[in-house]
Order: sequence, then C-alpha cells, then structure tokens
Amino acid sequence: MSFLTHSRLHVSGAWLIWGTYIAVLIVAPWVFHSNLALTVLSQIGAFAIATLSYNMLLGQSGMLSFGHAVYIGLGGFIAIHTMNLVVAGKFWIPTSLIPLVGGLGGAFFGVVFGYVTTKRSGTTFAMITLGIGELVASSALTFPGFFGGEAGITTDRTLGVKIPGITYGPQIQVYYLIAFWLLICTAGMYAFTRTPLGRIANAVRDNPERAQFIGYNTQIVRFLVVIIAGFFAGISGGLSAINFEIVSSENVGAAVSGLVLLFTFLGGAGTFVGPIIGAVVYALSYVLLSNITNAWLLYLGLIFLIMVMYAPGGISSLLQMNLRVVRFGQWHRLRLAYLVLFTAALPLFFGVTTLIEMIYALQLDVGNGTVTHVYGIELDVAHAVPWMSAAGVAILGAFTAFQGARYFKVRWDSVQRDIALSMAKAAA
Amino acid sequence: MNALDVQNAVELRAVRKNFGKTEIIRCADLVVPKGQRFAIIGPNGAGKSTLFNLISGRFEPTSGDILLNGRSLIGLKPYQINRLGLARSFQITNIFARLSVFENIRCAVLWSLGYKYAFWRSLDRLKDARLRAEEVVEQIGLKRRRDSPAGLLTYAEQRALEIGITVAGGAEVILLDEPTAGMSRSESEQAVELIRTVTHGKTLLMVEHDMSVVFGLADQISVVVYGEVIATDSPAGIRANLRVQEAYLGTAQELQR
Repeated sequence: MSFLTHSRLHVSGAWLIWGTYIAVLIVAPWVFHSNLALTVLSQIGAFAIATLSYNMLLGQSGMLSFGHAVYIGLGGFIAIHTMNLVVAGKFWIPTSLIPLVGGLGGAFFGVVFGYVTTKRSGTTFAMITLGIGELVASSALTFPGFFGGEAGITTDRTLGVKIPGITYGPQIQVYYLIAFWLLICTAGMYAFTRTPLGRIANAVRDNPERAQFIGYNTQIVRFLVVIIAGFFAGISGGLSAINFEIVSSENVGAAVSGLVLLFTFLGGAGTFVGPIIGAVVYALSYVLLSNITNAWLLYLGLIFLIMVMYAPGGISSLLQMNLRVVRFGQWHRLRLAYLVLFTAALPLFFGVTTLIEMIYALQLDVGNGTVTHVYGIELDVAHAVPWMSAAGVAILGAFTAFQGARYFKVRWDSVQRDIALSMAKAAA
Repeated sequence: MNALDVQNAVELRAVRKNFGKTEIIRCADLVVPKGQRFAIIGPNGAGKSTLFNLISGRFEPTSGDILLNGRSLIGLKPYQINRLGLARSFQITNIFARLSVFENIRCAVLWSLGYKYAFWRSLDRLKDARLRAEEVVEQIGLKRRRDSPAGLLTYAEQRALEIGITVAGGAEVILLDEPTAGMSRSESEQAVELIRTVTHGKTLLMVEHDMSVVFGLADQISVVVYGEVIATDSPAGIRANLRVQEAYLGTAQELQR
C-alpha cells in the first residue's frame, strides 16, 4: 500500500514525509496552545491510532468490521484497571507504558473474538462482528466489577509510577505521550503494510480464493490481522483511558464502532494516511461543527452519504487524484471547472442548510421563540415567507448544481482520459 | 511409499462427483506420469473443469481417490495441496486486481520460500523473493507493466499473469485451465511458447479447447465425455480414435485439422 502516491517513494522522500510528520506532532501544541486545542489534539492522536488500526481490517484486508470499539474499549478497560492496580500498589508499571498494557489487552481479545469472527469472511464476518459488539456492550451491565456499571471505571493518572519530571498533571504532557505513541504506532502499522503478512492480507482482500491456491490459509491470515489490529486498537484505548481518566461501557458500544468506520471511510480506506485525515476531520467536526450548529450530526451524515456515492475513496483519494492532475500538468484545465462547480453548488448549499436550520429551530428551540439567525439573516420560522424563500433557493440551487456538476464531470473525464493516455504512452 | 519412487504425478482412481442428484463426474480414472505434458479435452459440459477443481481441492469428490505423487489428497484444503507442490490457474482470470503485476507474482512466491505469515520481516529486504518475482515477471513478458495494477492489464496480459502466479511458487505439478481461452491466434501462439518455457521439466496437466494448442503442446491426451475418461493416448492415437470422433461428432472436422 502506498503512502499517498502510487509510485514508489524515494528514500529521501520517505524521510521528508516522516520528518514532517514528527515536526507536526511536536509543533502542533505550540501553534494551538489553548486548553481546548490541546484536548482536541490529544483526541485526534488517540482516534488516529484507532482509525489506522481499523484500516488494517477494512482497507488492507477487506474486512468490514462493525465492532472495532470492542478492542479499543476493552484495551481501555484493561489499561485503566492496571492504572488503579498500580495506584493500589499491587502492580508496577510506569504510566507512560500503560498504553502498551492496553495494546496487549486488545490483542488478547483479538485472539478470543477474532478466532470466532474470522471463521467466515465477507458479509458473514460483518454480521458476526456486529453480534460480538452487541455481546460485549450488553455484558458491560452484567459484569459491573469489570465495566463499572453505568458510571464506568475512573482513575487518577497523576498517581501512577512516574518518570522524573513527568506528572501527567498538565494536558500538554498527556498530549506528548499520545503523540509519542501515535508516532510509534503509525510507524509500526506502516511497517506492517510492507511485510509478507501485510502483503498477503492485500492479496486476501483482492481475491481470497486465489490466495488459497498460492499456499495461504486465508482464515489464519485474517485471524492474525485481527489480533494485530486489536493490539493497536488497545493502545488507542489505553491512551484514551489516560486522557479522560474514565472508561465506561459506552467505549465498547456500537456508536463508537460506527464512528471509527465512518471516519476511516471519510479519510480514505485506500491509502495509508487516509485514516489519519479521517481522525482530524472527526475532531474538527466534533469540536467546531458542533459549536456552529445543532444539526451537525445530520450534516455529517449527509457528507458521508455524498462521499459514499461520489467519492468512495474518501478524502485521501480525492487528494490523490487531484495531485495526479497537477503532476501531469493538467491543473489549469480544471481551475475553471472547479470554480463553476462550487459557484453552482453554493445556492443549493445555502438553501438546504437554511431549511435544515429552520427545521431545527422549529423543533428544538421552541423555547427561544420563532426567530432564528441563519448566516446572519433574521428568519421567523412561524411565517411562510422564509420557508418559501429558502425552498426556492434550494430548488434553484439543485438545478444549477446539477448543471455545474455535469459541466465539471465532462471536464474531469476528459482530463482523466488524457492522463490515462499519456500514462499508457509512458509505459509503451 | 516414498514420493521419489512414484512414477505418477497425478492419479485419479474411480473418482465420482455429484452435485445434488446430478452426476458430473462418473468414475474417472486418470494417470498422469511425472514430467509429461498432459491435455484433457472434451465437449462443453463434459466435466473437465470439475476434474481440475477436484484435483486442486476446490471441491471434494463424492467417492474415489486422488493421489499426488502417491499421496492421497482427499480431505485436504487447496492451500495444503498447493504446499504439496501442485499449482493451478483458472479459466476465468483470477488475479489480485489492486496489486501490481510484481506484487501479484511476489505474493505467489512467498509461501514456497518459507516466509509464511511473517509480520516481523521487511518484504523489500527479502532478496530471494524479489529476484524470483522479477525472473517470473520477465518470463511472462510483463516487465514493462511491472508496476501496473493487475486489474488495468489487457486481457492477454492478465492471462499471462494468471500463468505467472501459477508457476511462480515452483510447483512440480502445474494445472492450467484453458490458458488460451478468448485469445487471438497470435496471442495464443505466444501463450503456447510461454507455457512451454515455464513448465519445462515439470508435469503439466491442462484443459484446452483450442486443438492446435493441444496437439502442439501435449505428449498425451485424455478425452472426457459426460464425466468419464473415454480414451487416453498420444495425439496421433487420439486423432485416429473412432470413439473420440464419435463423441466429437459436431467438431470432428476440427480434430482432423
């Protein structure tokens, strides 16, 4: 699996990418240094490990799992129990290494549940993961000793075994712990894509039957990948445990599994960096979008829908395709097309979002009266005029957007055709 | 029995295969001596591909025994049979579409070189796997397309890759299921040359419709009709065989060619 480009990276290029990555991880909290920003960055880091580990299943091995939160959450529980054991003096391990304990927990449950789930592939696999997810989530209330019932298990990260100078009191120290593990995990998971098992996992994804005829037991391949993905998912869970100082039954539930799937897909399952992009989008939408609008989950759903239909490769594949256009010196042919597309889509965007905001104002904000503000415009949802205007803009917008998209598609297809042609020429 | 003492690479003993109530293979007996190029011909629906699926472990026979170098294959999975030294190609191209040509071949050599499920070694540092894969890529004439995703190859190129994946692991017994199906005359001549080179010194068992390919390549031919092997002989013997001509009534002219 390539990083972002299909061509093989030169050694210097690889150093450049990893160097930039490390620099971004170090510098990020200097640029965004508010408390909120640090919390968001920490969440991005932990979530990125989760989405990367999920993509070992989805993108690299073709396993659609609906229960990845099981490994993240159970890793978190193992980690937080270990932290409390350390506080009680019954166990000794520095807090900095707690994520590793979470990882081992995740791998352990990968062995237990993966043995069952990987007996089958395809749709059956997906259904079994859904079942296991529900099983674990429901057993959270059955075993309050381990899962902490409704309240969950809490801890105090500052009471563990410390390395001198690191108390894990300030959030910045937690951020750097997460950044450190994120780097290690990214390197580890990237290295995995370049091992015999990693490549055979790709082969099993592409054609499980043929993989059997070149000597591979596909069940064992899938099983091993689930264990390794469970290991990294558990590390992510351990980091969350340290970050939030609480793990509850929600952490193993279907909602988290769904989020991991959704943002891995949005970021792009076809490239290695896609899941990291997905994690960034996750944090931004959670923190920023949810501050702007109550309807943010609806918008997220809409974006997901549009991506599945028009850009199934996710954001990273969109980037990849446009980078390719630039590399082949065709960008100038798309500039106008993009301008037309976005201009034409703008009325639809404003019309639909205004309608959605008005519906939300009508349904949820009744206590605040019928007047709401959308894009700085005062609208009274009790009157027909705002509704009709917004609907009018939306309908007009649908028409212009359709025309704009058609224009764009013609341009885009012709550019792609020319690129394919010059690639074929280069190969000949 | 020691495998070295056995003269026959593949042996079918009274093999039967039913799908539900339908008998697809009724009592097939077949002996493929080591080192021979062996072709199976027969009308459409005679059960040729089913025979391949039985030998390679895709299906299990209803009764009878199948031996590879004297060892029974009954109950073994395809990957176990592959590890015993039997590799097969498919009639409908069956490749790893999103992987490059080179990666397709490299995947096919990994098990035989003993790398198994290793996730602690760097693939790019495995020199023997790289050299072997490059050798095969060159052999199948796809060096120019080395880094193209296999799904983007032309049909003939994909067929060549199909053969490459089959032989890359170094299996001693090669099963090719209609390797030239759907090819033009010149493409199919190239494919015959390719098959000749890559199966040199090995046992080849192939299903083929194109009679010029069959008579050009095979040392021995078996004719399968309605799930039975009705004749096994040299190409000349098969041409002269009356029962075969009868079975092939519609295509008799083709045999005479």
